[in-house]
Amino acid sequence: MKLQEFTKGILRKNPVLGLVLGLCPTLAITTRVENALGMSLAFTFVIVLSNLLISLLKRFIPRDVRIPTFIVIIASFVTIVEMLIHGYSPSLYEQLGIFLPLITVNCIVLGRAEAFASKRPVSETLLDTLGMSVGFSLSILVISFLRELFGTGKIVVFGHQVIPGILSSPAVGMILPPGAFLVMGILLALMKKARVV
Amino acid sequence: MENLLGIAVAAIFINNIVLTKFLGLCSFFGLSTRLKTSVMMGMAVTFVATCSSLITWLVYQYLLVPFHIEYMRIVAFILVIASFVQLVEITIRKLSPPLYRAFGIYLPLITVNCAILGVTLINVDVERYSFAASVVNGFATGLGYTLAILMMAGMRERLQICEAPSSFRGLPLAFITAALLALAFQGFGGMVE
Repeated sequence: MKLQEFTKGILRKNPVLGLVLGLCPTLAITTRVENALGMSLAFTFVIVLSNLLISLLKRFIPRDVRIPTFIVIIASFVTIVEMLIHGYSPSLYEQLGIFLPLITVNCIVLGRAEAFASKRPVSETLLDTLGMSVGFSLSILVISFLRELFGTGKIVVFGHQVIPGILSSPAVGMILPPGAFLVMGILLALMKKARVV
Repeated sequence: MENLLGIAVAAIFINNIVLTKFLGLCSFFGLSTRLKTSVMMGMAVTFVATCSSLITWLVYQYLLVPFHIEYMRIVAFILVIASFVQLVEITIRKLSPPLYRAFGIYLPLITVNCAILGVTLINVDVERYSFAASVVNGFATGLGYTLAILMMAGMRERLQICEAPSSFRGLPLAFITAALLALAFQGFGGMVE
């Protein structure tokens, strides 16, 4: 058990702001903090459980067909989480839309399976994927916080107003597609400036 | 009868798969450093998106719907796409080794390109297109991807020789460029009903 397997995903090898992977959900659903919370939960569920299963089965998966096997395992867990969210929170299901099924082809999940889970013991895989989930969740929460704050002037999470309207004329462009690229570019430049990655 | 031309224009410009829908971003940023690689990737994506739209629509309507197992669509589609890409790879390797060498790593990469799975899901799930509309949408989405990655590669080739602040060099500047491109594409909104 090495604790660094957990901590590396948070800052040094942050999947979004460090390795620049899994960009599609990162930019698409970060219009609201609420969506980012939902996506974080779904993502954590899929990456942890699918990689644990892959780590358990690593001796039985033939090397030549490992990628299709990984994808099918991941797709099964995505189907489960999709049905759960559809049943328990239809509004979140609507908000995440197509990006919920697209966790299947999220490069972070497949990347961890190929680079880590298929080679390492189960305990280390658990720490690694939990660290990656925390890193991913923190990144998308920061991005969605900035976008919602500047784009709407306030932060509303599940009907509660966390930050009341502070901008008299919010910049709507921040919750439109251009704002996502802009925030991401500036955050990446800051990470580079701080020499974190 | 749907407006096929309208669907095509919408998929290329208004709902551009990369700049408005945020799909296929990993390859968009990863492979847009050189114009030549972008052309190859654009062609590969267009081809696979068109054929996958065709096959997955048939699989969905004639296999999943009759048995009421629509919830299996993610697993079914990703398997169809992966095996199709594998098939194309083998065929190209046998028929035309030079073309195979040119495509190289780009074909396998397409399996996990979310633009492909994304467009097939949009066809049956979000828009519920007919057969013809699905194929047109797949083809036009590929063209939209090619257009975006070509523009991006052209700009990034020039950005490499410009003097940017050191912390912005490389990817951060690419994201800012994409932001400006996306801003321009917002202007197409409302062009087609």
